Parts: sequence; C-alpha cells; structure tokens
Amino acid sequence: MAILGTAVNPRGQAYQENRSAMLDRLAELDAALDDARAGGGEKYVARHHARGKLLPRERIELLVDRDTPFLELSPVAAWGTDFPVGASVVTGIGVVEDVECVIVANDPTVRGGAVNPYTLAKTRRAGEISLANRLPMINLVESGGADLPSQADIFIPGGRVFRDLTRLSAARIPTVTVVFGNATAGGAYVPGMSDYTIMVRDRAKVFLAGPPLVKMATGEATDDESLGGAVMHASRSGLADYLAEDERDGLRLVRQVVRRLNRRKLGPAPRGGPAAAPRHDVGDLLAVPSADLRLPYDPREVLGRVLDGSEFDEFKPAYGAALCTGWGELHGYPIGVLANVRGVLFSEEAQKAAQFIQLANAVDTPLLFLQNTTGYMVGTEYEQRGIIKHGALMINAVANSTVPHLTVTIGASFGAGNYGMCGRAYEPRFLFTWPNAKSAVMGPAQLAGVLSIVARQAAEAKGQVYDEDADRAMRAMVEQQIESESAALYLSGRLYDDGVIDPRDTRTVLGICLSAIHSGPVQGADGFGVFRL
Amino acid sequence: MIRRLLVANRGEIARRVLATCRQMGIETVAVYSDADARSPHVADADCAVHLPGDAATATYLRGDLLIAAAHRTGADAIHPGYGFLAENADFANAVADAGLVWVGPPAKAIALMGLKIEAKALLAEAGVPMLPTFTDPELVDGFPVLVKASTGGGGRGMRVARDRDALADAIASARREAASAFGDGTVFCERYVEGARHIEVQVIADAHGTIRTLGERECSIQRRHQKLIEETPSPAVTPALREELCAAAMTAARTVGYVGAGTVEFLLAPSGRFYFLEMNTRLQVEHPVTECVAGVDLVQLQLQVADGGTLPPLAEPPARGHAIEVRLCAEDPAYAWRPSTGTLHRFRVRDVATEFRPPPRPGLRLDSGVDDGSEIGVHYDSLLAKLIAWAPTRAGAARLLASALVRSDIHGVLTNRDLLVRVLRHEAFLAGTIDTGFLDHHPEVFTPLLSSVDGVRLACLAVALAGAAERRATASVLPAAPSGWRNVPSGWQTSVYDAPAGRVEVGYRFDRDGRLASWWTRGVDAEQPQPEVAVVHSDPSGVVFDVEGIRLAFGVHRVGGVSFVDSAEGSIAVTELPRFPEPTAELAEGSLVAPLPGAVGRVLVSPGQHVGAGELLMTLEAMKLEHPVHAPAAGVVASIPVRAGAQVDTGTVLAVLTPE
Repeated sequence: MAILGTAVNPRGQAYQENRSAMLDRLAELDAALDDARAGGGEKYVARHHARGKLLPRERIELLVDRDTPFLELSPVAAWGTDFPVGASVVTGIGVVEDVECVIVANDPTVRGGAVNPYTLAKTRRAGEISLANRLPMINLVESGGADLPSQADIFIPGGRVFRDLTRLSAARIPTVTVVFGNATAGGAYVPGMSDYTIMVRDRAKVFLAGPPLVKMATGEATDDESLGGAVMHASRSGLADYLAEDERDGLRLVRQVVRRLNRRKLGPAPRGGPAAAPRHDVGDLLAVPSADLRLPYDPREVLGRVLDGSEFDEFKPAYGAALCTGWGELHGYPIGVLANVRGVLFSEEAQKAAQFIQLANAVDTPLLFLQNTTGYMVGTEYEQRGIIKHGALMINAVANSTVPHLTVTIGASFGAGNYGMCGRAYEPRFLFTWPNAKSAVMGPAQLAGVLSIVARQAAEAKGQVYDEDADRAMRAMVEQQIESESAALYLSGRLYDDGVIDPRDTRTVLGICLSAIHSGPVQGADGFGVFRL
Repeated sequence: MIRRLLVANRGEIARRVLATCRQMGIETVAVYSDADARSPHVADADCAVHLPGDAATATYLRGDLLIAAAHRTGADAIHPGYGFLAENADFANAVADAGLVWVGPPAKAIALMGLKIEAKALLAEAGVPMLPTFTDPELVDGFPVLVKASTGGGGRGMRVARDRDALADAIASARREAASAFGDGTVFCERYVEGARHIEVQVIADAHGTIRTLGERECSIQRRHQKLIEETPSPAVTPALREELCAAAMTAARTVGYVGAGTVEFLLAPSGRFYFLEMNTRLQVEHPVTECVAGVDLVQLQLQVADGGTLPPLAEPPARGHAIEVRLCAEDPAYAWRPSTGTLHRFRVRDVATEFRPPPRPGLRLDSGVDDGSEIGVHYDSLLAKLIAWAPTRAGAARLLASALVRSDIHGVLTNRDLLVRVLRHEAFLAGTIDTGFLDHHPEVFTPLLSSVDGVRLACLAVALAGAAERRATASVLPAAPSGWRNVPSGWQTSVYDAPAGRVEVGYRFDRDGRLASWWTRGVDAEQPQPEVAVVHSDPSGVVFDVEGIRLAFGVHRVGGVSFVDSAEGSIAVTELPRFPEPTAELAEGSLVAPLPGAVGRVLVSPGQHVGAGELLMTLEAMKLEHPVHAPAAGVVASIPVRAGAQVDTGTVLAVLTPE
C-alpha cells in the first residue's frame, strides 16, 4: 500500500498564480450559480412566497434527510443561451429516508416553470441517472407546461420524459410525484406515469385541458377544481394516491412513501469503518492545476487529495508513464484510476489503459478517469507505429467496459483523448468538470492555425496573394470563439457534463456518485469488441 | 442489641438510615411500593419486602404490613425515617407491642407533641415562650394569622389569613389539605409574625435522663412553609441567643420526657424575641447540616439510644465551619411549584465527597433518593436529593453549593435548582438578611439561570449541532460526506425547539471543511446582534463553541425528542418539534387541560354555568397538594368531561369553556 506524497509548495510563485487563476474561474462559477439560485428573480420569488409556496430548493431542503449531502446536477444548464441559467428546474441526488433518490423540482418562478429545450435535456439527464443507477425518482411538479415559443424543439422529443418515467417503473425503480401547482396538458402525464402520486389540496391542478379550452372544445362550463383539483383526483379520478394538506405535508407523504419502498442497494457496500481523509490539504487543489493549460501537471497531486488516506497503488508505473493507472479507495469504495500525467497519449499509454480497463472489469471495480489530455500523438513515426490501432484498443475497452465510470475533466480534453478518457459520448455514469477545464476537437490556437494553413494553401493553389492582416483577424476571431466554446461553463450550459465543481469538492462529489452507483449492481464486462492487436 | 433493622420509609432518608446501619454492621430490610420497585433504597438493603400498591395509604402508611414485614424478615427493630409513620404514636406502640425496637421517641412524647394545641399549653406552662394561639376562629383578635394543622408537619395544611374575610377560606382549605395528608382535619390559628426567621434546635436524649442540644439550624428560606435551604449555624444567632434557644429546647424535651433525636422549632421575630412553634419528634430532613458541623452521626446516636445505650459525652459543638443544605425537588417554581413528574434520565452531581455522611473534611455531601432512570411519580413528595456543602465559612459553603448545583446534570424533570442557585448567590442571602418571606421579597430568584439571549441562542444551536453530529455519526448512507454538504448552497439546516421561553428556530450551515459557515436563531430576542461563533468541537453529547474568543462548552443529552443542555450559565431542556407535524384534529377551542397528572378533587361548576375570568372551576390533587383550575376568561361551561376523583394525565381535557 503506497501513500502518495506531495511536491506542492504553497509558497511558490506558480502556486499563487495557479490559485489566483482558479479563484477567478470559481468567481465566474459562483456568478452563474447565483443566477441559477435567483430563479425567476426577486419579484417572482416574493410573489411565490406570498402565496405560501416554497422555492424548488426549499422543497428539496425539506424533503431530504437532515444534514445529508445533496448533489445538485447540471446547475448551470442553459448558461450562455437565451434561456435562464438553471433551465427552470432543479435536479440532483439526495437522501430521503436513508434512500438515495434522484429529485427533479420545477422552478415555477422562472416563466411559470415552463419547459424549454434545456429543461428537457436536464430532466432527461436526471432520468438517465435514475435508470442507470437504480435510484428512485421523485418529481416535485409545478410547471405551466411547454415554453410555447420553443415548442418545436420540445414537443416531439419531450414525450420521452413520460416514456422514461414508465420505463423506470417497469425496471422496478419507484417513481413518486408531488403536484404543488400546475401539471396540465402533457405535464399531467408526470403524475399519470408515476407509481405514487401526491397532490396538494387547493393547489394542484392536473387536467388535460383547462376551463377555457374545455369551453372551446365541448362548450362545457366548468372550473379548475372540478377538472383537476387535488380533492377531485384523490376522491373521484383516483389519479392522486394521497391528498396533502399543504406543501410540507406533501413532502412528508413522499418521505412516508419512500420509507416503505423497501429499497436495498444491489452493489457491494463500502469497506466498513470510517474512511480516512486524504493526508494532504484539499485546499491545494485550487493551485495544483496549471493556470496555463499547456503545462501538464501531476494528477497524483489530485489523487493524494481525493482518495482515502491518500493511498494509491500504481499499476505499471514505469510503462507508458504519460498515463497513470492504479488502485485506491474513495469513501471506502474500491476504485481504479486512469489519469493523464502528460497530455499526449502514445501507443504505450493506450495499450496500458486497455489492459487496466480489462483488469478492472475482471474484478468488478469502478473506474475513475481524470482527463487532462491533448489527444493521441500525431506524426509520421506514430502513425506508422499504429497509434490509431492502439487508440482504438483503448476506446474499444472504454466503450465496452461495464463497470461504472466516473470522469472528471481536470484540465484539457482535446481530440480523441476525450473519447479514450471516457468523455460524455462514452456514457460515464457521471462526468464533472473543473472550472479551469476546456474541451474541444483541438486547442483554440491549433484550430486557428490549422484553418490558417488550409486557407494559405488554398490561396497559393489559386496563385493569389495571401492577406496576412485578414489571416491574423481570422485567427484571433476563431481562437476567441473556440476559447469560449470550449470553456467549462459553456459546455456545462449545454449539458455536456453533470456540473462544474469546485476542485475542493471533488472527493465529496465522487463519493456521492459512487454511493449512488452502488444502488445498482456493479459488474464487469464479459467481453469486449475485437481488439485490433 | 439491634441486629437487623427494617427501614419503614423510602427515598433518600431510607438510604440515609441504611448507610449508617451498614457502617455499624446492622443488617437491613427495606420496604417498597409498586412505584418504588426499582428505587435505589431497595438495592441498598440486604433484603426488601414488597408493599403492594402505590398510594402511601396502601403502603408506607400501613403499620400492620410494616410490622409483618419485620417479622417475616427477622428484623428486630424499625426505623421510621421522617414523614409517613414517623410521628404516629399508634404505630410506635404497635412496634413495641410486636416485640420490636422502635427507633424513635416514646409513643407518649409523640402523641403529646402531635397535638400541637395541647403541647403548646403544656410547654407554655414550663416557661417556653409562645405566640398567642386560637382554637376557635371566632376568638382571633388580630391579623394576620397562620392557620395550621394540629397534626402533621412539612408545611402542609398551612395558610396565612390576612383578614377575617379570608379566614374561612384559609381554614377550609387547610382542613382539606390536612385531612388528605394526615387523616386529621383539625386546625388552629396562631399569630403570624411578619419578617420572622425559622430557627430550630437539634436535641438528642437517651433513656437515662441525658438530654443534649446540638446547636441550631436556620431554615428561613421556605416556599409555602416548606423548607428549601437550611444551614447551621444561623447568621442571626449570637452565642447568647444560642444559649437561650438551647435552654428552651432542653426544657421542652425534658417536659415531655423526650428520648431520641428531635427538633424544637422556634420563630425568631425581627424584635429578637423567639417563640416556640412545635417539636418534631423524629429525625429532620435537614439533619445533615448539623452532622457536618457537629461531627456526629445522628442516626447512629438514634440507634444507640434505641438500644438502651447512653449518649456519649457530647460537648456543645465546637466551631466546625458552616454547612448549608438545599432540597432539590422535582417541581417548577415558576409555575406555582407545580410538581414535575417523569423519568429522571440522568442525575449526576459532580465532585461529591461523601454520600449520606459528613465528609471527612469540608466538601460536598449528597443524600439522594434517586438514580439515573428513576421514575418521579405523583405518589410521594417531590424531594429528589439533598446537597450539602460544608465549608469553613458561610460564604464559602454557599459558593461551593451554588457551583455544584450549576454543574450538575439533572435531566428529565423540572427542578428548583436554578432558584436554589439564585438564592445562594443572592446578596441578601449572603448578607444573612433572610426571613421566611425571602422568596416573596426577591422574585428575581425565580428567573431561570440560563435565560440570557445569547445563552438561549447558543444552547439551542448546541442542541441542533449535537443532533447533526448524531445524525451524521449514525448515517447509513454517505457517512463520509461532510455534514449537510451542498455544491449549490442555498438554504440552512433547520430545527425548531420548544424552549422554556417559547419556540426557537435554529438554522445552520457548514462549509465543505465542516466549519460553521452561517447560523441564526428565531424566536429569541432578534434585536440583539448575534455573536461570532466558531465550533471548536461537536459530537452527539455536546458542543464547544468559540464565542468571540471565549470557549464555552454545552453538554447535550438527548432522550427522544427532548434535549437537556448544561452549560456554565445554567441548564435548559428543549423539545424538538417534529419537522413534519401530522395533520391531526386539534383540541376543541376553550379546552382546559390538566397541567399535571393527578386526581380530580372538587368540581365546582357544571355545564351551562356562566363563569367569570379567574373563577375556580375545579381542583386537581397531585402529590398531596391542591392545584386550582381557574377559568382563563369569562364564559359558559360547555362540558366537564371528568368527574371528581377521576385520575387524569397531563393533557387530559378537564373542562371546555365557550368564551363570552
């Protein structure tokens, strides 16, 4: 058992520079989270409170077991888009009656909780997490339905939300819904498709069509309560299983339901006894990542601040040393780690990774990928030695591995390195990003440079004089665009991760994810695709 | 020679007697009622006999059962303790007739002193100073007067009447209480002296004519004529006065042919004159202060005298410092001394030097009848324990006693502890300017110790954080995650408590490193700015705060929903209110509920009757005291769901009023 040391020097100049750069990024993250927390803004929040209603995060705080952690997912969804940050819904993993659940709570202060394309993506991602990890799903519903101006982007794909709900039920993953207000038209199918439905007296409105539409369609004059009130649904239609006296009572009833779900985790329990905290100062994680992404840094400094007791048994340390692989524990759960040491992946690293992933599958051990890669090595020598073949080995192993994967982008994530290191497309159970991280097909300067070279060659082929001023302007513009499009917040806004996290929270976030993952079985793959050897 | 002794009592006094027996090698027999089956006095004895039932009349007052128990266990002597049958001449006779040694005065002396009217006449003749006494209320020639029960003691059946109008009520009420407590409703009136002090003299006499006095005790700190704090020597007694008091006590004892331990009680008027009140023909509750200062074991002397022995040559006690005793009772001083019942979850007095006997050198003595887990019921009196401090000076004893009380853990029932501490620390008490009206003159002593805004805030925060620590320590999922961790913090962890001063809500939030990031309380004075607080340590049993540079520890002991908090400032108990109250039917408006368990006494109104605000509706009898139930406002009685004599629990609806 090896204990990771540290070479971090808090008095060094690099430390201060790195830390200061990270604090700037964290300030941007905080600003984005402030936007998300603000919901629909002061006026709408005040109006909501004045009606005796709670905000989605207030509902969640009441719902979850006291003093337990709550991991909010995709908190800055829709950042950098025309839609409000947070996408009018709060999702996350919380503990209810000792059971980890996925919680989805509409934010009715944001345009009435209307569903826009980002709301849909965020909700669907929560559903995926519920299904993949066998976590009961709790919906705290109060939504006016589709955001009509963007209906074209949500109407057809939006049906999946209801399909996913009933598929969860079919997979014996319980679904519970409380209706706090509007859940009309399509929204009515959220309570409709849930295993357990609770409606709040005098508040819930659940119907396919409201009084005006009914009047238009059939000429019948009626009212909200008769069409879809909580009392009606609890006593007449049977759509409500429980009638809650108020919001708090609704949340009490959710807890009552969950208490009786007889939920047992299917994965192995963590090692008994308290998990040893890392031996090194977790605060250093602000200064460990290089402010300049082009400077690789030692991921063992990260592992020493994330793994239990900073203990890490490295596998094949002397071979393919640009990728570090090895075993450790996190919150008592065994875990295999793949972490980029120097950004470039060579054939040796790719083969080492493929072997390590197979080993983890052979012993049902989840994998953690710490991404800081600029991609697979390019150049004649490497192509001739089969870098594509070896990269394919690694991607094959990652793609077909069935032990749960966790990915954290702790720096660069460029090119096919993103794939080999289990980027979003490779469906890690959870993927989080540090604020300093960047992901793109290649680095902004490289991309601008490539465009410049291609343009210059085109001009030369046509015998034209290349406009150097225009080239400079083009390169600057492209670099700027790629820079912003590869930023953590931008990508998180587009749901390409499950959230941007403070590096100091990495251990806690991963611990929550590992515990959630172990709600379902943890089983390695029986076979992989054909390895091109 | 007494070989095996049965103690016909319970609680601390039974344990006290058993302790001396053990020291003398006397085998011991305890008796116990149903309610006392697990009481410490039972375990202290070599064997114990069950007296079926709970009520004193079915158990500790059943002389026949006690004598039978002595025979069955081969006991050859009975010690009655105090209360119950201690001053019952018939029992003393029955014990002697049964061939057993009676550890007490001759039945004749008991009988004589028990008839207070006759005793006073006899002693007045012998030259003991007396207050004017009236057996016929019509003859009362001046007010105020004190109405007293002719038999019994302990302050029961006593009422002050300040004018003739109040006299009839006082007499009726005193009669009922006396009849209920002592089985004899005879009362008489005595001139009431304002500003008087209660001074008593300990006497001990053997059967061979030797009578000794062991100095005086002052017991002026009283509530409703029941002693709360007793001390010796009295700061009001000069050597000359002591000589006079002891001489009068000696006369009283000699006049009635007294044998054994007894106490002659006097009233010391502000004028400096003293008057005989009564003689208690038993061991007194407050005897330990005398034992400390005089260096004697009064129970041992009682046993020697009962065995026919002669008293050792006792000189008047040399100056051996000062001793003060407090009676720690399960009652709520702020609520008319309402008895408090329930489980005493923890009873811990720190740094006690001895139990049931004087410490070898100045220090603390504890005479306790209870233990962790004792059930405090309605059947017997509310005394939990006596704590005695013995120190070279009076001020030193008061300081030691007060600090020991503050540092004690007394969890589960309300007690008079805070009041005792406030009296012991009161300027007037320390100056020795006390009289029997002390509590009326100094209402500030009724303020709970832990009542400052920040004290209450921190106590509630401590309960919340200890609760958080407990929940984290026992979490079945994610035990390794930081308490209440959020990646997007937006709210607080909240708890709501029912605290002595009302509802208090606490909010707190930790940062990722487990430091207290933010906290607040609602329901405590919001005007006062909240101090800067850091948590030095927290676990389920307590929290240490750093409050603007000062470390303060708060012990927390949670039993179900109730948490007991102990701090240097004082202690409180708070009840956590459920996070999700079940929506249940509430009590009908205007319902009056029983404030404590007991039996319904008199029911004075009937449905349909108009009642005025404050009108007496019924009485509730508990722990031998009468608790009035008044109309909170004028109205019409809608219903009376209980009948006289019915047993009721706390919260039982006694009456429903329709307000007008």
